[in-house]
Amino acid sequence: MAWSIDNDRPVYTQLVEHMKQSIIMGEYKPGDRMPSVRDMARMAGVNPNTMQRAFQEMEREGLMFSNRTAGRFVTEDLTVLQNVGRDETMTLVGQFYEKMRQLGFDTKQMVHFLEEYEQSKNSSKES
Amino acid sequence: MSELLTINGLCKYFDGRAALDDVNLHLQSGRIYGLLGPNGSGKTTLIKIINGLLVPQRGEVLIEGYAPGPESKALVSYLPDKLYFNNWMKVVDLLDYYGDFYADFDRARADDMLNRLHIDPSMKMKALSKGTKEKVQLILVMSRRAKLYILDEPIGGVDPAARDYILETIIGNYDPGATILISTHLISDIENVLDEVIFLKEGHIVMAAGVDDIRAHEGKSVDELFREVFRC
Repeated sequence: MAWSIDNDRPVYTQLVEHMKQSIIMGEYKPGDRMPSVRDMARMAGVNPNTMQRAFQEMEREGLMFSNRTAGRFVTEDLTVLQNVGRDETMTLVGQFYEKMRQLGFDTKQMVHFLEEYEQSKNSSKES
Repeated sequence: MSELLTINGLCKYFDGRAALDDVNLHLQSGRIYGLLGPNGSGKTTLIKIINGLLVPQRGEVLIEGYAPGPESKALVSYLPDKLYFNNWMKVVDLLDYYGDFYADFDRARADDMLNRLHIDPSMKMKALSKGTKEKVQLILVMSRRAKLYILDEPIGGVDPAARDYILETIIGNYDPGATILISTHLISDIENVLDEVIFLKEGHIVMAAGVDDIRAHEGKSVDELFREVFRC
């Protein structure tokens, strides 16, 4: 199944985001060898040149490194990985926060809604 | 990257009317290009000239330095916009035929693709649906180890599920150094696999740019941009 890619943003930036999420979710672990450009391009349903560019961006940001003979690997530098995890989390929180602000709620109310949501979710699980 | 296809000052007239008017184009090795334009914009005319099926009144076409002819045809694998095989032939006859004709034909690759698309090589062409015939023709074309693949409307006649599979076949089965030129008006289905697009309008190239550059600068898809440029 090809990755879902929006039509209005550059493809390679979306590939970078997708790979970051895969690493955060543990699909690829620190030190894991990444699939080849070709295989990864086939999985994503994109052109190998675009995947190559996404890999280069991952390397530039220090998330991957390549070894001339052995291939390309996920970094073992946990600080870098934690920072990426934090960036992704803040992006998600930011989207929620901005939407709630538009609806006129403050942070205290947001926390309240989150707790209420968790409770209702837990009680529906028990019943 | 090196230049694979060079087109300079190309003009083609039909009954005094310009189908192509001063077209200049430079395609590099290892890239996937989309040739996009509405009906009658000159896409097929341009493709036929590159393949030596039409002769231009002015300008030149060079493929690795060769004008269209036997040397260039050994380098170019071409999928025409029409089916051209005889209906009485079996799929396996076509494989033999292609193997005899083209030194770069990779029989194992063709057998593998037929197998994956569940096409029985012992079937006669006339027993196959239009979409399946198109798949057979595309498999033959993609099974050559060519320098340049020119595909004229490769996904027009097949259903959306097969379209995804065919695109995967196209990108999964070409050598990294080879170039693909795909003409189509089904842009949204294909734009994620293209490196660059060439917009052809009334015989002129009105734009040639990278897909990701268009998205980054315009904030919209190639499909949307196309609809704007060619609004009727």
